[in-house]
Amino acid sequence: MRIERRLTAPRWLVVAVPVASLVAAFAAAAVVLLVAGKDPVATYARLFDRGFIAPGALTNTLVTATPLLLTGLAAAAAFRMKLWNIGAEGQLYLGAVGASGAGLALHGRPGLVIIAGMIAGGLVAGAAWAVVPGLLRAYFNTNEIITTLMLNYVAGLLLTYLIFDSRSYWRDLTTFSARAFPQGKMLPDAAMWPNFNLVLGPIVTLNVPFGFLLGILAATVLWLLYRSTSFGFDARVQGDSPPAARYAGVRTRRVVVAMMGLSGALAGLGGASEIGDFRHVLDPRGLQQAGFGYAGIVVAALARYNPFAVGVVAFLLGGLANAGYSLQGPDFPAGLVGVLQGMILFFALGGELLLRYRVSFSARRAEPPRAVAAAPVAE
Amino acid sequence: MNVNESIAVVLAASAIFYGTPLVFAAVGELLAERSGVLNLGVEGMMLIGAVTAFWCVQHLPGPDWFVLLLATLIGGVAALATALIHAILAVGLRANQIVSGLALTIFAGATGLSSYVGNATKLGGQPALREFSALNVLGLSNAPVVGPILFHQNALVYGSWALVILAWLYLYRTRTGLHLRAVGESPETADVMGVNVARYRYAHTLAGGLLAGVAGAYYSLAITPNWIDGMTSGAGWIAIALVIFAFWRPEATLAGAYLFGLLSSLGFVLQARQVHLPPEVFGALPYTMTVVVLVVVSTGWAKQRLGAPAALGTPYVREER
Repeated sequence: MRIERRLTAPRWLVVAVPVASLVAAFAAAAVVLLVAGKDPVATYARLFDRGFIAPGALTNTLVTATPLLLTGLAAAAAFRMKLWNIGAEGQLYLGAVGASGAGLALHGRPGLVIIAGMIAGGLVAGAAWAVVPGLLRAYFNTNEIITTLMLNYVAGLLLTYLIFDSRSYWRDLTTFSARAFPQGKMLPDAAMWPNFNLVLGPIVTLNVPFGFLLGILAATVLWLLYRSTSFGFDARVQGDSPPAARYAGVRTRRVVVAMMGLSGALAGLGGASEIGDFRHVLDPRGLQQAGFGYAGIVVAALARYNPFAVGVVAFLLGGLANAGYSLQGPDFPAGLVGVLQGMILFFALGGELLLRYRVSFSARRAEPPRAVAAAPVAE
Repeated sequence: MNVNESIAVVLAASAIFYGTPLVFAAVGELLAERSGVLNLGVEGMMLIGAVTAFWCVQHLPGPDWFVLLLATLIGGVAALATALIHAILAVGLRANQIVSGLALTIFAGATGLSSYVGNATKLGGQPALREFSALNVLGLSNAPVVGPILFHQNALVYGSWALVILAWLYLYRTRTGLHLRAVGESPETADVMGVNVARYRYAHTLAGGLLAGVAGAYYSLAITPNWIDGMTSGAGWIAIALVIFAFWRPEATLAGAYLFGLLSSLGFVLQARQVHLPPEVFGALPYTMTVVVLVVVSTGWAKQRLGAPAALGTPYVREER
């Protein structure tokens, strides 16, 4: 087998590889299911039905896809410049804290004010949580993979503290049962984000959550930022070659901190949408079980960091996650969705090889002797 | 009051007890990184080790000590099998090592395969049938101060000390170890020397998986002993940070691991002594401390002294030499 580097990948291959990765991942996960004594075809049929077909399934899928879209964009924005922000999970928690805090504080104001406050709260809190590892990376050269990850666990503990172990602003202490079984304060009705009915036929109507529209807007902004601003240009240069960026006079520290802040703001908006579209309360257990931050990495990698592809992939994986929740039970153990996500990522990574290299299996073609072939180059 | 019940002795003994899994995982990751392969899948591999080992302890027949050792080993082998996926992607297919390692944690970790296996076989909530308990080494467990700290630990603690010594001898006193360091520093040079770069990278990534699995088994067989989804709660990531903290030297992982073991146990020990603080404050200590330690060792001064293997994280392609 010989491997040669491609200079350009054909366009059809750029689309074919992620699609083939999805198919291969489902095939490989079928083996896991067979080993566990389950019928893969029936399992996939149930997943597909609950994700996309059953009444209301598409609406739920969009609700689940919304935070995935935003954490996917958060990962794509940072990863594209080789800034490994693995902290979308914690930044999403903080976004949820900020948005629900703003929603509670603005009680009694008009709905528009409350929703704007929640969006701002999510953006700011997520960005603030991400800027810390950004500053550490920029000024102390600290490995951001580990710092962002450690902060995920700290953020999770902070959530737990706010609802379970303190008399915080977010915790409901009004009734006896709420004091005995800790829970968050419910947001006012005016804080619930609107959704827009889309009639797709006589029977099927689809509720598009407001957060999903914000996500599409965010994808567009990110695309424009990378494409047509000097900040985006600096970020791209720095992602491709840090020495070149320094030579070109890019203020690398500023770009790193700003990009981390932007990435965190996107993840924080994901947390805000989870509160506004769906939970309407700060719910530590539910947020931590969902694992949106980590799944966002899968979304970004499969979309090859393209903001609009992130939307498509988030929709597909949102359907998978949504089906996973609704099926979870004694005959459908938790964890299967993560197995599938991991496999999809493995195959997508393996498929990258086909985009970067040309693989030929011709055994007959004799390899030229290395020394002879290399000699003219060496001189 | 008996000196062995003093807070300092209790803390020192539990620092070693809670730090031991980090020693296994960190030495394993260190071996992989010395060959140039960064494996961010440690957390996932540990969870696979934990669930596999716990299943074995509940289901295999035989004398307790034998089943415990066998379970640890099988847990290690299961994690090794998941490390093989990363090795194929990172070494064979030259994929992005960072994303591949993350994929491994997502695939195997708290919401992935380890959770699936544990839930499908209903391991959660089962009382452990067997566990690693503290030994009375040389009959010295009651000796003042050193007794509880050094002579009243479980078998895996002593195994981890042997591992550190072996890893040190291997890296700095054997020819294979020399080749390994060459592969991590400059695969081109190692290749010219006649060292098979890919083979070294495969072998040490797999060794890292085996040790991560043993570290996971320590959680389900010694620390809690039972099985909970995501029971290592970030220890795998702390182990990766420890490798940096230890400047890629096995003997230094001991100090780092015991420091983090101390932080993990501080909450329990102080709470038992009626010091009241929210449990989340203690819970966050190991994570915040990891960040602080990383900031300290990542400054230019520290990097210059003892840097990472130069080829860490970069695929080696002979054709592009």
